[in-house]
Amino acid sequence: MSPALAAAWALLPDYLGWHVLLSASALLLGVAISLPLAVVASRSPRLRWPVLAFAGLIQTIPSLALLALFYPLLLGLSALFQGLIGHGFSALGFLPSLLALTLYSMLPMLRTATTGILGVDPAVREAADGVGMTPSQRLFQVELPLAMPVIMAGVRTAAVWTIGAATLSTPVGQTSLGNYIFAGLQTENWVSVLFGCAASAVLALVVDQLLGLVEAGFARRDGRRIGLGAGALVLGCALAIAPIVHLGGKAAYVVGAKNFSEQYILAELMADRLEKIGAQVSRKEDLGSAVAYRALAAGELDVYVDYTGTLWTSVLKRQDNPGRAAVLAGLTQELKRRDGVIVLGSLGFENAYAFAMRTDRAQALGVTSLADLARAAPSLTLGTDIEFLSRPEWKAVDAAYGFQFKAKRSFQPTFMYRALGGGEADVISAFSSDGRIAADHLTVLTDPKGALPPYDAVILVSPKRAGDRRLIAALQPLVGAVDVRAMRAANYSLDRDQGKLTPAQAARTLEKGFR
Amino acid sequence: MADAKIELLEVRKTYGGHVALCGVSLAIAAGTFVALVGASGSGKTTLLKTINGLAAIDAGQVRIDGEDARAVPPHVLRRRIGYVFQEVGLFPHLTVAENIAITPKLLGWDPARIAARVEALLDLVALPREVAGRAPAALSGGQRQRVGVARALAAEPAVMLMDEPFGALDPITRDALGTDVRALHERLGLTTVMVTHDMAEAVLLADRIVVIDAGVVLADGPPQALAASAEPKVRALMDAPRRQAARLAERLGLGS
Repeated sequence: MSPALAAAWALLPDYLGWHVLLSASALLLGVAISLPLAVVASRSPRLRWPVLAFAGLIQTIPSLALLALFYPLLLGLSALFQGLIGHGFSALGFLPSLLALTLYSMLPMLRTATTGILGVDPAVREAADGVGMTPSQRLFQVELPLAMPVIMAGVRTAAVWTIGAATLSTPVGQTSLGNYIFAGLQTENWVSVLFGCAASAVLALVVDQLLGLVEAGFARRDGRRIGLGAGALVLGCALAIAPIVHLGGKAAYVVGAKNFSEQYILAELMADRLEKIGAQVSRKEDLGSAVAYRALAAGELDVYVDYTGTLWTSVLKRQDNPGRAAVLAGLTQELKRRDGVIVLGSLGFENAYAFAMRTDRAQALGVTSLADLARAAPSLTLGTDIEFLSRPEWKAVDAAYGFQFKAKRSFQPTFMYRALGGGEADVISAFSSDGRIAADHLTVLTDPKGALPPYDAVILVSPKRAGDRRLIAALQPLVGAVDVRAMRAANYSLDRDQGKLTPAQAARTLEKGFR
Repeated sequence: MADAKIELLEVRKTYGGHVALCGVSLAIAAGTFVALVGASGSGKTTLLKTINGLAAIDAGQVRIDGEDARAVPPHVLRRRIGYVFQEVGLFPHLTVAENIAITPKLLGWDPARIAARVEALLDLVALPREVAGRAPAALSGGQRQRVGVARALAAEPAVMLMDEPFGALDPITRDALGTDVRALHERLGLTTVMVTHDMAEAVLLADRIVVIDAGVVLADGPPQALAASAEPKVRALMDAPRRQAARLAERLGLGS
């Protein structure tokens, strides 16, 4: 077995367990809501249209967006509960994923169950009344049993959808088989991406077949098939969930990471140090930039690494640039005062936004600074990562230099570098600690007006852990320990095409370097 | 009629704007076999359904054993009245035995009594006992309607309502089942109301024929009395089977 495949295998119990727990819970909850709704809809033509239209509307929302929407909604609800009863709940991870997937699973079940109940032969329905059944006896003894094969067909469709869409719960902080896909896409680890797709597809196929067995059992009134299918499903769920139940509950610290290589490595670096002092650590990876800080402030993450410029502009909404030291000092004071968040200190390197061009192209155009770039911009295409153009840094730099690009295109970071290499973009919004800048011999443009803020990588600790000496003592040695060259090398060891390391391996290599 | 088993008083029923029954009054004595006859859309099936509340009436009153039918919840009333459906209406997901046992089960009889009752009923409607475990779909049309009759009789009702019970059967099965039903009526001392559009069947089986036309009772009496009716529509109805019988006799060379 190749090392990449072995690494993927090792993660399977955790990822599969969560994926199964999430999908099964969403599906069960979906059935529990859809069936009564379908009964109501089949009884009342006036309610039927709005119920089915609502379910249809939900289905038109892209599933990733639906998952993302539940995070702020739950955050608000949690704050409300905190105010009302003094107890909040986690707005990150399982709950938003569960609710979004539940809603998503409902349309096929509602539609088929309503059709199934309405499709019962009117003569049989009248016979049920005629032999003296009450309306609920008629429902449970005649209508539902007869509609069951059709209802089960809807459950099958919903199950396949739910298992597929559950891979999208990774960005809201819920571990799933999607972790293979998101992390793999980020680090160009195609083995991981394929492994994730295959695992999710195999799971969907197996569940579909077992539900098909149950469906056939209902259609042929064969209790053995129903029992066999349902039994295998229950057993399979139990076996898949067992490993995470075993691990669950004991995770003392939650280490967060955003969705790029450096973040994975730094999360592993911190997790490793915490594990060395005997703590249980769980990881929440692939978080969106804004999600990560809010989750930390809310105590759903205990620690993660962010960048001073990001916090300065996005969290504090500042547009000035008083210089590297002033920004760090200002943040340390302001975040503590505002949110109780501790800035433990800078790791020792910057990961700034930097505009990078292919050296040959830059020389041909005579571009060395952002001021030169502004002059050449009308004939150039700007490639950025997905969030850059909506970030305050872009607005600041754009305001300072007045760019008029021919076109602007957004990419996943990985594909952004490819686009630059392939000429689909002439200049990109790179990151200064990215190993690919050196490896691809890119030219980084200077910023004579100082429009881009500094981006020192800093360790943030949640308010909840502010007084946790054990945690702070374990992480303190990392402050000032990582220089930009070491970070670039570590990043490149994940991003390169050949001989990729895993984030954990890269973290160990990095750690060896500064001891 | 104070000793009537079933009594309808000025019963009215409309569906949307269409008047199905406009003030029908009828008293049926215990032990009578009544045939409700009329053309399609005359209101005869609606009239039958008002007796056990499958059709809710808009005005008037239905009395069973002198008591207002609306005094008890409809499902309680229906468990006391056997009903045989035109389309049979057996539950396809239940076996023959489970279909027959349905009303006793709803009434909470103990399983041993239900099992014994199912066997007795299969004998009563002349079905072999081995059909008990089969699905309704595995039976012939005649057998299915026999199961329908057994199901209607399962909870030992005193009143039996039948909605064109033999409509979909071949003539031989139809004749045999009709004869058997009439015999059961005698043997169990039932009060039976049967809807049919076939006057010959009505004449052959019923003690009393009620002709319904456009939601009113057009004629009411024993077959012989109806045969002497001066009402043209009733005459036409009565003449058809008579002419048919005479032509049959002539063509088969059985004439006098």
